[in-house]
Amino acid sequence: MKVLVPVKRVIDYNVKVRVKADGSGVDLANVKMSMNPFDEIAVEQAIRLKEAGKAEEVVAVSIGVKQSQETLRTALAMGADRAILIVAADDVHNDIEPLAVAKLLKAVVDEEQPGIVLCGKQAIDNDMNATGQMLSALLGWSQATFASELDIDGDKAVVTREVDGGLQTIKVNMPTVVTVDLRLNEPRYASLPNIMKAKKKPLDEKTPADYGVDVGNRLEIVKTAEPETRKAGIKVGSVEELVTKLKDEAGVL
Amino acid sequence: MAVLLLAEITDGQLAMDATAKTVTAAKPLGDITVLCVGATCAAAAKEAATIEGVSKVLCAEHDLYGHRLAEPAADLVVSLAGDYSHIVAPATTDAKNLMPRIAALLDVMVISDITAVIDADTFERPIYAGNALQTVKSADTTKVISVRGSVFDAAATGGSASVENIGAASDPGLSSWVEDKVAESDRPELTSAGIVVSGGRGVGSEDDFAMIEKLADKLGAAVGASRAAVDSGYAPNDWQVGQTGKVVAPDLYIAIGISGAIQHLAGMKDSKIIVAINKDEEAPIFQVADYGLVADLFDAVPKLIDAL
Repeated sequence: MKVLVPVKRVIDYNVKVRVKADGSGVDLANVKMSMNPFDEIAVEQAIRLKEAGKAEEVVAVSIGVKQSQETLRTALAMGADRAILIVAADDVHNDIEPLAVAKLLKAVVDEEQPGIVLCGKQAIDNDMNATGQMLSALLGWSQATFASELDIDGDKAVVTREVDGGLQTIKVNMPTVVTVDLRLNEPRYASLPNIMKAKKKPLDEKTPADYGVDVGNRLEIVKTAEPETRKAGIKVGSVEELVTKLKDEAGVL
Repeated sequence: MAVLLLAEITDGQLAMDATAKTVTAAKPLGDITVLCVGATCAAAAKEAATIEGVSKVLCAEHDLYGHRLAEPAADLVVSLAGDYSHIVAPATTDAKNLMPRIAALLDVMVISDITAVIDADTFERPIYAGNALQTVKSADTTKVISVRGSVFDAAATGGSASVENIGAASDPGLSSWVEDKVAESDRPELTSAGIVVSGGRGVGSEDDFAMIEKLADKLGAAVGASRAAVDSGYAPNDWQVGQTGKVVAPDLYIAIGISGAIQHLAGMKDSKIIVAINKDEEAPIFQVADYGLVADLFDAVPKLIDAL
């Protein structure tokens, strides 16, 4: 079985984002970018499937600007076998929407015929939480979202999902799309020798036109604004003072 | 303009708060029909009919819809979609599982987690862990939307819409339910509680987390946790507040032993009053706290329990 892992290049999760003064978006020029944290978990899971003898090949795919190849090299250094980069934007500020990404991924799936697609549950930039579900819908496959445990057994996968009230376990037909949650695993760090080796692994570069997919946006971004800032608070000296303030000043107790 | 609103139903029971908040958000978009889907949902449908602003309730009760599997439920919604300009649901894990699937089947984008309705095509949603608010205008014929409940008030009850039973759509047969592990809780539900008491890594152990729970019980509050506390095994993961957990906006949020990372703030910074108890006076949580107490939580929390 082949595993396909979509990975996204996003602003590093530790960076405090700045909204551009003209309201046109978030400033991504000269900002540290990294692999979306959920996608690292997906890559790790794919590699573990290979190490367990359940997968023969791990293919990483990324869609976006040319620099996304750094993200793919990271996936290769972690242990992916080869990579596909679909260059769909020439400006880092142009975020391709999940629907277009899902259509491109469907085309890749049609070509590569993986047995499973492992996605992150959401990208920490657009916070959409949609691509995996959309891909599954377009393929007519089963889906298992927010996975915290994954066990593949022949033509079925048993997946434990993190849902609002606790955990839910479902059984889905293979092939399937699984979106991974934080607690599925602890992603490994790429070692220096593996980073060097990753430079020699194959990385195919494509365009949306190669797959006949229109990457135009359905949602026009009217404006991007800073959220309201909270008014500065005060420090209290003791528990008693805190309780008094909450009762008399804030009126919440 | 007509709206199809997916009611949040768990084990036959309507999540009134989440559903009624979504009704408030959807009201400006048109006439609201609520869809109840489940293995048992007749009672939930009856209850949904009492929400003011709901003009009709559709009840799809069938074994196929037990445990809210995405594939059959999405097919059902898509079979009904032709009559509606907007398909709306509260942004729960259920809806996040389902709505993008519905959207893709209709060949439209999904608009996740909206915090404001500007007009029938234009919506506001937070991005980058709530550090920016984006206003988007949809060019799609059908708008598929999930609503962040914490920013809308729940619609009142007292209405009396009609309930219509509808049949099931076909069974795609792609998945089946195995088991649920439901976290036991007598406390108020985290996303709708008026007060939330949350513990972080600073609490130090699962045993010491009992202190956080004791304070919560004294206040009639729900218990939350930071990712660090959940990952360390102090608290179950469905208590997690933040970008990847639940988003809450209670009247009072008490953060204890939580540093205040961006990902945590994303889930609670719209709370009315934020209290932080932390021994590190440089902790970022103090930048958003209305009242901060620099103290050892093992000293301050028992004192706080006694003082209440």
